[in-house]
Amino acid sequence: MRPFDYLRAASPDDASAAAAQGATIIAGGTNLLDLMKHEVVAPDTLVDITRLDLGGIEQTDQGLRIGALVTNSDLAADRTVRRDYPVLARALLAGASGQLRNKATTGGNLLQRTRCYYFYDTSTPCNKRDPGSGCAAIGGFNRIHAILGASNHCIATHPSDMAVAMLALRALIEITGAGGDTRTLPLDDLYVLPGDRPDRETVLNPGDLITAVILPPPAGATQIYRKVRDRASYAFALVSVACVLDLQDGKIAQASLAFGGLAPRPWSAKALNDMMLGETPSDALFERVADHLLAKAKGQGSNDFKIPLARRTLIAVLHEAVERAQP
Amino acid sequence: MTAHLKMDKPDHRHRLDHMAQGVIGQPLDRPEGPLKVTGTATYAHEWQVAGMCHGVLARASGIGPVIRSDAEVVLAMPGVLAVITDERLLRNPAQGTADAAPVQGTDIAAYVGQPVALVVAETFEQARHGAQRLGLIIDVDDMAVTDPETAVLETPKGKQHSQGNLAAAMANAAHSVDVTYRTPAHSSAAMEPHAAIAMWDGDMLTLRGSYQMLKYNRNELADSLGVSPENVRILSPYVGGGFGAKLGIAPEAVAAAIAAQKLGRPVAVALTRQQVFETTMRRSETRQRVRLSLDEGGQLTGIGHDAWVSNLPDESFSEPVTQATRFLYAGDNREIGHHIARVHRTCAGSVRAPGEAVGVTVLENAMDELAHVAGIDPVELRKRNIPDRDPETGKPFSSRRFAEALDRGAERFGWSERRAPGTRREGEWLIGIGMASAARVNALMESKARVTLNPDGRAVVETDMTDIGTGTYAILTQIAAEMLGLPVNQVSTSLGDTDFPSAAGSGGSWGAASSGTSVFLACENLRSQLAQRLDCAEADMTLKDGQAVFDNRVQSLSDILDGDSLTAEGHIEPGATSEAVRQATFGAYFAEVAVSAVTGETRVRRMLGVFSAGRILNAKTARSQFLGGMTFGVGMALTEELVHDPRDGHIVNHDLAEYHLAVNADVPQIEVEFLEERDDWASPLQAKGVGELGICGAAAAITNAIFNATNVRVRDYPATLDKIIAHL
Ligand SMILES: Cc1cc2nc3c(=O)[nH]c(=O)nc-3n(C[C@H](O)[C@H](O)[C@H](O)COP(=O)(O)OP(=O)(O)OC[C@H]3O[C@@H](n4cnc5c(N)ncnc54)[C@H](O)[C@@H]3O)c2cc1C
Ligand code: SF4
Repeated sequence: MRPFDYLRAASPDDASAAAAQGATIIAGGTNLLDLMKHEVVAPDTLVDITRLDLGGIEQTDQGLRIGALVTNSDLAADRTVRRDYPVLARALLAGASGQLRNKATTGGNLLQRTRCYYFYDTSTPCNKRDPGSGCAAIGGFNRIHAILGASNHCIATHPSDMAVAMLALRALIEITGAGGDTRTLPLDDLYVLPGDRPDRETVLNPGDLITAVILPPPAGATQIYRKVRDRASYAFALVSVACVLDLQDGKIAQASLAFGGLAPRPWSAKALNDMMLGETPSDALFERVADHLLAKAKGQGSNDFKIPLARRTLIAVLHEAVERAQP
Repeated sequence: MTAHLKMDKPDHRHRLDHMAQGVIGQPLDRPEGPLKVTGTATYAHEWQVAGMCHGVLARASGIGPVIRSDAEVVLAMPGVLAVITDERLLRNPAQGTADAAPVQGTDIAAYVGQPVALVVAETFEQARHGAQRLGLIIDVDDMAVTDPETAVLETPKGKQHSQGNLAAAMANAAHSVDVTYRTPAHSSAAMEPHAAIAMWDGDMLTLRGSYQMLKYNRNELADSLGVSPENVRILSPYVGGGFGAKLGIAPEAVAAAIAAQKLGRPVAVALTRQQVFETTMRRSETRQRVRLSLDEGGQLTGIGHDAWVSNLPDESFSEPVTQATRFLYAGDNREIGHHIARVHRTCAGSVRAPGEAVGVTVLENAMDELAHVAGIDPVELRKRNIPDRDPETGKPFSSRRFAEALDRGAERFGWSERRAPGTRREGEWLIGIGMASAARVNALMESKARVTLNPDGRAVVETDMTDIGTGTYAILTQIAAEMLGLPVNQVSTSLGDTDFPSAAGSGGSWGAASSGTSVFLACENLRSQLAQRLDCAEADMTLKDGQAVFDNRVQSLSDILDGDSLTAEGHIEPGATSEAVRQATFGAYFAEVAVSAVTGETRVRRMLGVFSAGRILNAKTARSQFLGGMTFGVGMALTEELVHDPRDGHIVNHDLAEYHLAVNADVPQIEVEFLEERDDWASPLQAKGVGELGICGAAAAITNAIFNATNVRVRDYPATLDKIIAHL
């Protein structure tokens, strides 16, 4: 680990200002510290935001406002979340371990880096870590890598479970920028695909601090989070599906799907949801939805199985959702 | 006084059964348990030594000659004290019982991750930063072979065996199978990373480390450094898991000793988790071909087991895959093949029951396949083929309740409810049950211990034996307490110090019986010394609760000792009983699994193991060994795979997030049962090894259950979901 300076932010503006000048924000540190120990990132300055007043979960006009420092454990245990947004509680509990969830924060979880093995191994080429050096995962072992949205420059996946559920819930994020201005952004607009710049993962500017996540008023629908992984617990998703679905008069009145483990970002597609609206659930419909999701899917060798796995998991989740949504 | 025994004859006396204290076999808590759970048992790297600095090994990122390093740049970094590229640094750890230095040198990197320098600094963080920054230029050898499938093979004569005519037996068989399985490389993945602190006092070296076999480790360390073993003391009172990875002296110890000498200060070197995966022993991947031929009556006529394994050049060890195939089942026509691919991958060595863990597993898969094609119940097939004598040598078995284990397990598990493959379903879950046999060779090794009876009547046991989490403290305490008639809290056991009499060490499951026998012999001698003082025959004296009963009289030990202390050293050596009979341990595993018809994920629902393994010295610690072994069996079956990069062979998943050991949620209710057994040939304790038996075939019970659930045979371990959904 490279020596670094440590600042403790006194206010969100203070944190933004420091970050704008190149400091790296640290929250729970469960991802950042590992990256620093391996010298994948080597910040000169850390700005610690954990003493800021960015906790708390409260109802607002816009919906449920979750402070960026709310821990994954507290969020999963929150009564409102469990009642109105169960897909989120399930996704959180499917992630990491109890110890990690006690430290991990909402903001940090959204911005955690990929688990690509080569990204963490500084002796191998990696365009995300070291732009222009190449991608060791292509042609290497890529079991956990992307089948959607990847590029010739990077095939890493985004590892978050929480973000997948939030995407299905159509969350907004609240950001304080370097100038002290606050803005909100659909979570869907936060992440960018790797293209030829895999080192850029979000639309955030230097100095942007995530202060909260806002969940729109409860959907009241059937909510499912299904995570498929290599062991029963404490493993990242190979494929995960978040589903919010409602039936009215036997027809799909509301549908929102999001996926983890498949792509460089939590994945969703409006067209997928739209093609189900107003339709009567059927095997054929679900097959079509899966076809659409996976139309451009591309395996990299060790992860080819994700294509059939994603199809099977998606269809099973839709069947389960319809069954549970029946009056 | 030394009590020496060479185990040339069976010991039918069963002395432990005739003692009065009644603690042997009891589920005694570990005496050191409270220290461990309160964090007050001090492990190697936790010692706070005045003036200590820290070293971190720097790794080679490629294979080939190391032509240059920018040591000056690193030396100029804050806190850095030295960059050491001593020729004596180890390429890889010593193999178990090597007793001499392994391959040394820093000029050529034989595998990716090889430690080729040590950076020493005032703090661990500074040293790690220096090690990461040390630019090591390697003239990468693009021709270095890292894939065992394309490597040159060695087929050592002494490791092949052939009797009868297997080809003819296969051709004439009523039923046969000829199948090839693969198992991936594994890592021991002990919780405590390897660590050592070295301190010199003049030319005397003291090393606090985490090792399994101190007698050998001392010689290995001395030989590596070029000093006399008398000048080396190793302390390893607590070892946070070994599983084979700490059998031999390892790079951190030699590096710490060299640095401490050079700097004249104590130096601590700990491996990072990634280094533990990269630079300590892995289990070789294996390819295994098994041929089995059966006659109309369900008797095996032939067994062939060929194994392909790998290791670095100049390593003598090769995974002894077929070890138990040689005696487990009958069959006149037999062939054993053993091939070693020389590859530039992390060194292969003993990991969790080398040989049987993967070898019995695959043999037991093949037996399941044979039972299926022959239409014979798998338990029945095994029972029909239990040989009367060792099928290769004709020697009798020392003790073996194998058939009873199969029967007892089948009954307790509800085996009779097993249905045809692919016919039981609960919602999305396909349910199946499977079984496999367990087998592991047994060995006794030379071992010494000293037992002292102090004037107050308390006993002290001292030996350089280690407790790697297995329960050595508990069982040695129990043996002494039983033999000397003392409550267990009147016995204290000190381990893990080469100043004590040298023991067999922890490995190959032989630790308990070997070091236990040395304690037993010392206690027998003390009993004689006491009897002499009482002027009675040793056998006529009963010791219980700190008192001697003889001639209708009772006297306390402290009275008998009358201010003196008595000491005896026990010394056991293996003898003719190792050769005269076939000694092994046996058992049977049963498992029930549920496999998702959607995703192919497997969940083990319950598991049972019934074992025949000689006298059980402590029902609790032995059970824990089996729980651990079967848990590793779950991992081997479903999740564990050390992945080598296809291009340069480096270990890709070198941490506990991506090297998937089974976690709590993967492990079901596991039941363990021991069959009462005394093995007179194995040791005067009638005890055999139990440490590794729990993994020797366990994974096959699970994969056989997967077949029963799904009709899918996964012949490429582990049985991850992708290998199952492809066929659902
Ligand atoms: C072994 C292991 C297993 C795991 N398994 C899973 C899993 O199965 N599923 C899963 O979803 N996750 C998993 N995780 C990841 C875990 O959820 C993340 O590490 C955690 O959520 C990160 O939160 P943090 O607060 O610790 O972030 P930090 O490590 O503090 O920060 C992460 C990043 O976010 C930035 N950041 C943090 N807060 C803010 C903010 N408010 N505004 C702007 N930038 C910010 C930091 O600068 C940093 O770049 C696992 C982690 C580990 C180590
Ligand atoms: S997939 Fe992305 S993160 Fe992984 S090595 Fe390639 S560029 Fe780096």
